[in-house]
Amino acid sequence: MTDKRNTFSRRNFLQTTAVGVAAAATGTIAMPAVLRAQGAGVKLGVLQPVTGALSYSGQQGKLGATIAIDEINAAGGIKGIGRIEPVLGDAQSTPDGGNAEVEKMNAAGVVAIVGGYASSICLATTQTAARYDLPYIVDVGVTDAIVTRGLKNTFRFGPGFGVISKSALDNLVAINDKAGKPAKTVMIVHEDSAFGSGLAKLLNAQLPERGFQILETIPHPTPTRDFNNVVLKIKAQNPDIVVPANYYNEYVLLARTMQQQRVRPKAIYSVLGGAASSYKFVKEFPEAAQYIMDCNHWFDPRNPKALELKKKVEAQGQFYTYEVFMNYSCVLLVADALARAGAADRAKLNAALESSTFTGHVMPYGPTKFVNGQNQGAAPANTQVLGNDIQVIFPETFASAKPVFPMPPA
Amino acid sequence: MQTAIIIPAILNGVLMGAVYALVALGLTLIYGVLHIINFAHGALLTAALFAVYFCFRTLGIDPYVAVLGLAPLFFLLGYALQRFVIGPAAHGEDSNILLVTLGIAVVIENALLYVFRADTRTIDVPYGFSVIEFGGTFLSVPRVVGFFAAFAVAGLLWAILALTDTGKAIRAVAKEKRGAELSGIDVAHIYAMTFGLGTACLAVAACLLMPSYYVNPHVGNAFVLVAFTIVVLGGMGSVPGALIGGLFAGVVESLCGFYLGESLGQIGIFLMFILVLLFRPTGLLGARA
Repeated sequence: MTDKRNTFSRRNFLQTTAVGVAAAATGTIAMPAVLRAQGAGVKLGVLQPVTGALSYSGQQGKLGATIAIDEINAAGGIKGIGRIEPVLGDAQSTPDGGNAEVEKMNAAGVVAIVGGYASSICLATTQTAARYDLPYIVDVGVTDAIVTRGLKNTFRFGPGFGVISKSALDNLVAINDKAGKPAKTVMIVHEDSAFGSGLAKLLNAQLPERGFQILETIPHPTPTRDFNNVVLKIKAQNPDIVVPANYYNEYVLLARTMQQQRVRPKAIYSVLGGAASSYKFVKEFPEAAQYIMDCNHWFDPRNPKALELKKKVEAQGQFYTYEVFMNYSCVLLVADALARAGAADRAKLNAALESSTFTGHVMPYGPTKFVNGQNQGAAPANTQVLGNDIQVIFPETFASAKPVFPMPPA
Repeated sequence: MQTAIIIPAILNGVLMGAVYALVALGLTLIYGVLHIINFAHGALLTAALFAVYFCFRTLGIDPYVAVLGLAPLFFLLGYALQRFVIGPAAHGEDSNILLVTLGIAVVIENALLYVFRADTRTIDVPYGFSVIEFGGTFLSVPRVVGFFAAFAVAGLLWAILALTDTGKAIRAVAKEKRGAELSGIDVAHIYAMTFGLGTACLAVAACLLMPSYYVNPHVGNAFVLVAFTIVVLGGMGSVPGALIGGLFAGVVESLCGFYLGESLGQIGIFLMFILVLLFRPTGLLGARA
């Protein structure tokens, strides 16, 4: 579709300007020269798991990326480069599916790829893209191995596991201390693939160091459609804090089963909770979501651009989830680097990304600075579901509410 | 404190077991009469679950209402499958029937995969998370409904077999096929009726499951493995055996899940399967092996 519009404007241009007439008169050889001056446009890969187990997140990510591309194109494209033509790909929620799309996108001549979403997908796709020196901007994938393999083409705009879990634990200790240390015991419920198990391992190592006792760590497969036994175990052990680490569907089901079985710990505190800071969850099941705290990707609520995007997404009847604003920001980051690179060239773009100081995004990260492919300013925020909204409770610089802890009785 | 947790776990198991029993009822009926292992049972359950999903999402029909339409529909589907596909393709050979049902399973599963993709889908009914308090335990409403409905269907099935002419014919064919044929019973018709009844049980099971469960193109397999165990445990072809076996399997699964972790819940069921085969191959209520 974009391609057609592109052709149309080119024709328009040719028909209505003197230069165009001259170019047409001199024949086909002159035409590319004119186009180059205008900017011939550039192809950008948008890779998301739009079908399969992660389809909701994938579609949200795609939404964020395409909004950014449409905005850039509506403003006349990237200076000196031209319009962005998105090349959409579906990773089908598997690393193999992601790899196949990278191959296709490379063949289609994209200048860079944005996306991946899941850690396992990003690990595979960045490596495949590296074979073609194809710049790859990881939108979410939090596993730190993504940026520690020395791949020169891989840039992660958001924070990784290490930064997020440290911040989450610091904030948990701060919240608990402030309330007079009512919480001492923790139970972890995690999904048993790379993301959940990795997180559970990390928490098992670090929570005891910070004075919390872990009563039990319960793994479960994805998908799981019955959390009754898990919730019964929680009921039996009666921990002060429950830490769920799972994807959206299981997170919602666990929270709802806890509500159903009247299990109410002092806090439900997630690190990268699948649904914990999702407007979709809050709107659909406000009672189950109430008071849940999460340490996750979050937009900068002081940034008018972030709020404008929120309005725009909601006007489309969609939820403003982290996949949306992360991908939106990543596309803007690429566009900025392309403008500075001055050409749709992969090597130049890699160099431009490496030296990026981009500030035009909607995240609370400050200026961008990549070291070994990791954006140094990237940091998560702590949120809590209060009323029918999600409030930021940490960091204090842009917190919109004070944490409610311990959870008041039902 | 521990008993306060184990009792709810057992009750949850009993409720889940009732639905297992329903799936096993269809299987045991088809086995008891046709003497075939119906490998398409799981795929047909998946198809029924998708039918419930479709009714709810597209037509807005509640699963408990949809059962009124889906049970007859799946009865007809089962009837047609046996009468026009399995029967003619089998040429009277049991091993052929086995392969034909396996083939049907592959076709159904892949057709569903093509239409609905591999996504796991759920429906969200208002009563999906309602609970009934029972002796200090909170029991999920869809599970309780499923429990009583399973007994109702088992009773109905028993009544059909015991009291109606068709039921008598089914029992006659099961006992002595040639004799039934000689006394004027249309065996092909009775075979198809039985297959239809077994498939209708699946449609009912699907309607009871969907409010608290999920569907993807391979979901039926998990149930059918459990159902086979139940059929063996209860005795091949025995209706009360399937019911008791189902409840027992549900409790075993729930307790194993509780003690060994969610991923290992079904290990107990298959352990039970091996033990029954070793020590009582006729099953608890089975008359013949």
